[in-house]
Order: sequence, then structure tokens, then C-alpha cells
Amino acid sequence: MSEREIMEYDVVVVGAGPAGLSFAIRLKQLKPDVSVCVIEKASTIGAQILSGAVIEPQPLDALLPGWRDNPPPICVPAVEDEFWLLSKTGHRSLPIPPGMHNKGNFIVSLGAMCAWLAPQAEALGVDVFPGFAAADNIYDEHGAVAGVRIGDMGVAKDGSHKSGYTQGIDIKAKVTVLAEGARGSLSKQLIKRFKLDQDSDPQGYSIGIKELWQLPAGRVTPGKIVHSFGWPADSHTYGGSFLYHLDKDRVALGYVSGLDYSDPNYQPWEAFQQWKNHPSMKPLLEGGSILSAGARAIVTGGWQSLPKLEMPGALLIGDTAGLLNVPKIKGTHQAIRSGMLAAEHLAGNALDPAGFDAKLRGSEVMAELKKVRNIKPAFKKGLWIGMLNAAWETVTAGASPWTLKNKADWSSLHKLGQQEEPRRDYVQRELPPRDRLAGVYFAATEHDEDQPVHLHVADTSICVTRCAEEYGNPCQRFCPANVYEIVQDEAGKRLQINAANCVHCKTCDIKDPYQIINWVTPEGGSGPNYQNL
Amino acid sequence: MKILVGYKRVVDFNVRIQVKPDGTGVMTDGVKLSANPFDDIALEEALRLREKGIATEVVVVGIGPADLTAHLRNGLAMGANRAIHVVTADEVQPLTAARVLLKLVEKEQPELVILGKQAIDDDANQTGQMLAALWDRPQATFASKVEIAAGKATVTREVDAGLETIEAELPAVITTDLRLNEPRFIKLPDIMKAKSKPIDSIEFGSLGVEAHDHLKTTHYAAPPKRSKGVMVKDAAELVAVLKQKGLL
Repeated sequence: MSEREIMEYDVVVVGAGPAGLSFAIRLKQLKPDVSVCVIEKASTIGAQILSGAVIEPQPLDALLPGWRDNPPPICVPAVEDEFWLLSKTGHRSLPIPPGMHNKGNFIVSLGAMCAWLAPQAEALGVDVFPGFAAADNIYDEHGAVAGVRIGDMGVAKDGSHKSGYTQGIDIKAKVTVLAEGARGSLSKQLIKRFKLDQDSDPQGYSIGIKELWQLPAGRVTPGKIVHSFGWPADSHTYGGSFLYHLDKDRVALGYVSGLDYSDPNYQPWEAFQQWKNHPSMKPLLEGGSILSAGARAIVTGGWQSLPKLEMPGALLIGDTAGLLNVPKIKGTHQAIRSGMLAAEHLAGNALDPAGFDAKLRGSEVMAELKKVRNIKPAFKKGLWIGMLNAAWETVTAGASPWTLKNKADWSSLHKLGQQEEPRRDYVQRELPPRDRLAGVYFAATEHDEDQPVHLHVADTSICVTRCAEEYGNPCQRFCPANVYEIVQDEAGKRLQINAANCVHCKTCDIKDPYQIINWVTPEGGSGPNYQNL
Repeated sequence: MKILVGYKRVVDFNVRIQVKPDGTGVMTDGVKLSANPFDDIALEEALRLREKGIATEVVVVGIGPADLTAHLRNGLAMGANRAIHVVTADEVQPLTAARVLLKLVEKEQPELVILGKQAIDDDANQTGQMLAALWDRPQATFASKVEIAAGKATVTREVDAGLETIEAELPAVITTDLRLNEPRFIKLPDIMKAKSKPIDSIEFGSLGVEAHDHLKTTHYAAPPKRSKGVMVKDAAELVAVLKQKGLL
């Protein structure tokens, strides 16, 4: 085999989301001579970004003063907030929790915003490379992170090389910045290798499923923001919706389910579809059409789950670090801030990651997370205790002397029959999509079928024996894209992985109760092609 | 030998095409754009001819707005020697494209022009044929195999009846079909090299090409939605329903 090609940079960034791009922009603003590249697995920038998204603009003001004169393509000022408690048949408007007032904020498509940020990074001399997946970390002779290895292209399903086989190169860098988003596949390896989470609680996650709709003229109030909780979630499942009115008769809507749910029969995708068919929602959507749809895990562990953010040769920023603010349901401002802080740290310390963790923990990024640290965990005790606790924590601004613990999401799943699961009071759905396969169509996801399966299941014999018995194969239900199927053929039951459907949400890697699913990067450029999500 | 390759940017084949609510076109906001797949095949074929020592220079040509340069850089990263960007913000119809290509052919004097058989946006399948006619040179369309020797192109064409092999004297126009080759993956270091390759920018207006719109698009519409199906219990009911609808 020929010698692997190498490219050298001072800094390599993994992931062209708001954290990675903000980092690259800030570093170039401070140190124009430092060479920086950003690797992105999506075929174009923004194609695998999925967020609500209402953003707080202050960090963007700090990063790009004057951005308001040249805003991203979808950017609607927030005008009014509503907060609904849903029953099966109606809703009650509640006072807006203090963290959820959005005056001064903007509704954006985070995908479109990243596509807007990337050329601004390039204009400063950053090399942005979409279509290339960082498949592995590389280390120097002392064990420090020394860059990333790009995945090979043109490998067949059986591992043999196809005619167009192209070996991935190594990108060597003094510093590797992981900005992969929630549950990054390289971050996961590094957290384990460097034991970055040994002093923190396990990380927690939710899954957000989103659609962008085009509606008949006249129904949309641009800038209106509606959040809801209650139906269709039962009181022990953390779930809530968002509905953001955009311009041009479009609305963005989605449903977030805490991945700490306990019922192995729970289906996050179905909960989202149920909510859309609620009488307070359905009339808005009827007659409209879906423009784009997808799903993504969200990091929710907050303050007590934040791992150490630095290691020799590398650091973590944004959602892969775990900086999202759950009660605000916002992470973009934290991603931008942490990216800028990392750039400022490296610029001032001769590109040495050491000291970044302390710097971030001493910053407003962490102060914000500390205030709200006890809100999400209390919802494990049920909706009403969660609400009362949230009110207490909000009034006291997180001054409680205690910190509630997080535990790993996969461990919260009950075994079948272990306890009576809530009866789901679901309706007959009428709005599209009919099922998950019809939904995946709107994600425009594309993987060359003749490539190795990028969802590694360490031991598939568990699937039809232990898991079938204990949990009834919940992978068939938590996956929003119908990737996992237990099929019956002559040889008996077996797990079939429809990897080509995958929308890269990472839920399986998180929620699998045996922790034997490992999500790795497929061939660069594969995966969803979201439009304005 | 110099080869000119048409390199058009279109809405990516993975994108679900949506018609604008007012019916004036399809939505392109926030939509992924990429090279017309047949043009990638054309470029790949030209690069292979260069690698075999038959061609010496491969030039990619794009006609479109100012931001088309990023797309042309992809062609350069794949391996083209240089690019020509004819700058226009207007829609370009096949005859106009053929006339523009003719001007560039006159200037560049290539021995071979390789184009995609059609672009996947308008599916016109006209530009190659029109260029050959305007240039008064042979054309070999729908190529699935190309061999160049002794001033001639031997081209296997995919036709309705099977495969047809023809000889065309150079200079000539070849348009590519799907099975001609499988385009290569772009390598990261080549993206860096492409940054220093030249892109000649030519204003459309300076070419002296008549930009008459020969075709007028009246409106766009999505295909009619399929009406809801009926579930039947068994074959007997199916037969009954089909009979009732007069289909049996």
C-alpha cells in the first residue's frame, strides 16, 4: 500500500457547525497567520445541521459585529412567545417561564446560518472542506492527539476496494478541535481514552425531530414562537414541542423527547407525529407540504455532566462538549461562545490547549449552565415535581446547595413487564408523513449502498435472544429513520441494519441498553441533505 | 490535444425538487447544488484521456453567475488544468449555451469537446447536438465507450436497439452517457492545488452571443398527488373493486 498522504495545519477543526466555524473565524481574526482547516462530513455546509432554532444574538454580535446588516438567509426577529400545556383535546396557555422569553432573539435555520458562516471563515483564510469525514483520531509518539484521519472513499460493503478507491489522508495539526455536535464519534473515543468524564456525571441526551413546512398563504405570523408540553407525553416522559413561524409562509416545528425515557415501547418519532395531529396544531398544517425533515440528538446533561474539555493536543467545544442550556432549549449561543473562548485561549497560549477547561469553567458559559443545573434532572420524578422544582430553581437562580445527579440514558430503560407502562392515548394520524420511511424521504439522505455498514453492532446475537426478551428490541422504535429491523428469514430472526436510511442523529449509540452500537462515520458526503433545517 | 469540457451546476440529484408556490420555478434557496452528473462523467473521461497521454490539457467551462467559481474549483480539484467562467446572471437556454461554447471553441481550438448528454435540471439533451451543428463538426452522442487514435474518435453509443459503434473525425463533439465511466473522488490535497489553478472570467456580453430566449416557460407545477388508496381484505374483494371500476 502506498504511503498515506499527509496535510499539515496548525489547527484542525472537526465539524462545520456554529461552534467549529465560530472558533475558526475567531482564531483567524486574532492570529491571521495560524493555519486552520475545518472538516465536515456533510456534502455541503449546513446539510447535516438540524436545530429549532431560536438563537440569542449576543455572541454573534461579539464574533461578527455588523452581521445584522448582512443576516443569514432565514433570520426572523422573535415577536411573541406562547407556552402551552396540552391535553389530548385542547391547550391552556401558561405564563412564559423566565428563561423562555425570546424578545430580541432571532428564529433562524441553523443549517442556512452555517452555510452563511462558512464563506466568512473562508474569507479570513480558513480552509473549509465539506464532504470529508474525520474517521479516526491520530496520536503522536507521546500519546497526545496529533490530528485526524480522513475516511477512505470507494470501499465496498465487504471491505474490498472498488475501482475508485481513494485512501483518506491524515491531517496533522498542533491542536485538534472537536466540534462534532452531540455525541461526536471522535469525541466519544477521546472522552474514553483520556478519561475526561471521570469526575462528571454521565452525559444525558434528548432526541429532536423536526420538519419544515410550507403552508397556504396567510396562516403564518412571522416571529411567533410556541412551545408546548404535556400530551402526547405521559407525565414520566420528558417531552415538548416547538413551533416557530418563519417568513414566506413557512413554519419550523419539532418535538423533543428526553432519551432518559423508561418505556421500551416508546417511539419518539410517533410522539412527534401525534403532537402534529393535536387539534391545536392540525388546522395550521392541513393543506401544507413538508419541505425538509430530520432528527438529531441534543445534549442535555448540562453542568454536572460536563466532561473535562481539554486533553493533550485537543479540546472539545459546543454540543460535543455538552454546553446546551436545556430550560432555554438553546445551544447555539453557547456553541459560539465556547468556540470563541477556545480561539482566544489558543491565541493567547501559543496553541496550547492546557488551561482551556479552567477558562471555560470560569466563564459565563458555565455560569449559565450552573444556574439551571437542577431543572432537567428533577423531571425524572414526574412532570409536576419537575415543574415545581423548575420554578424553585428559577426563582433562586440555581442557588440550591444541592446538585441533582444525572445517570446514563441507556440505563433508564425498564425491562418489558418490569412495571406497568403508561397507556398511550394516541389519535388516528392524518397529516403526512405516513411512516418513518416516508419521513426519511424528506431528509434526502443518501449513502452509497455498497459501503461498509457504519453502525457497528458488537454482538448481534444479543438482538434476537436477550434483547428481544428483555426489551423487545427498542432499536426498532427509538430510531427515527427505521434503520433497525428484526427480520425473519429461513435462518430465523436476525437484525437487519438499513444503514442507508441513517440521518446521523446518534440516538442508537446513546440509547441502546447494552451499549453495543457504535456509530462511526460513513463515507464522506454521505448522510442527510437537509434544506434549511 | 486540448479537450473542452462543459461543466454545469444543477440542483443535486438527492434534493427533493419543490416548485415555488407561485409556479415561476423551482426552489433553490438553501438547496444543495452540484455538478451535473453527466458532466462529471465528461470531465472524468477527459482526465483519463490526459492520463493516457492522448490529451495534454483539459479545460472546464461553466456559464453562470459570479458564485459559479466555487463549482468550477471542484472541476479543477478533480483534475482539470484550468477553467473558463462565462459570467451571466440570466437563465441560459441550450441554443445560447451552444453559441457560447462555439465562441470558446473558436478561441481555444480544442480537438475534442466532451459534454454531458443532458443536464438533470431541464433534461433538454440539445446543447451537444447544437454545438456540433453550429461548429459543423461530427457528433457522437450518448457515449458509453470512447477511444481516440489517429485523429479519430471511435465511440460506442447507447441507442434504443443496443450499442452502436461509430467513428468521428476530430475535432468532434462527444456527449456522455451514464455507463461511460465512474467519476473519481476528489482528494483533499487536490482541493488545495485547485486554489492556484487559473479561472478565466469572461463577461457574457463581451462574447457577442445573441441571448434570445427561444423557449418561454409558462409555469411550473408539481405532478398531481396520488389519490388515497383503498385497502382490500382479500383477492375476492380486490377483484370486486376492480370490476366495479370497470378495470376487469
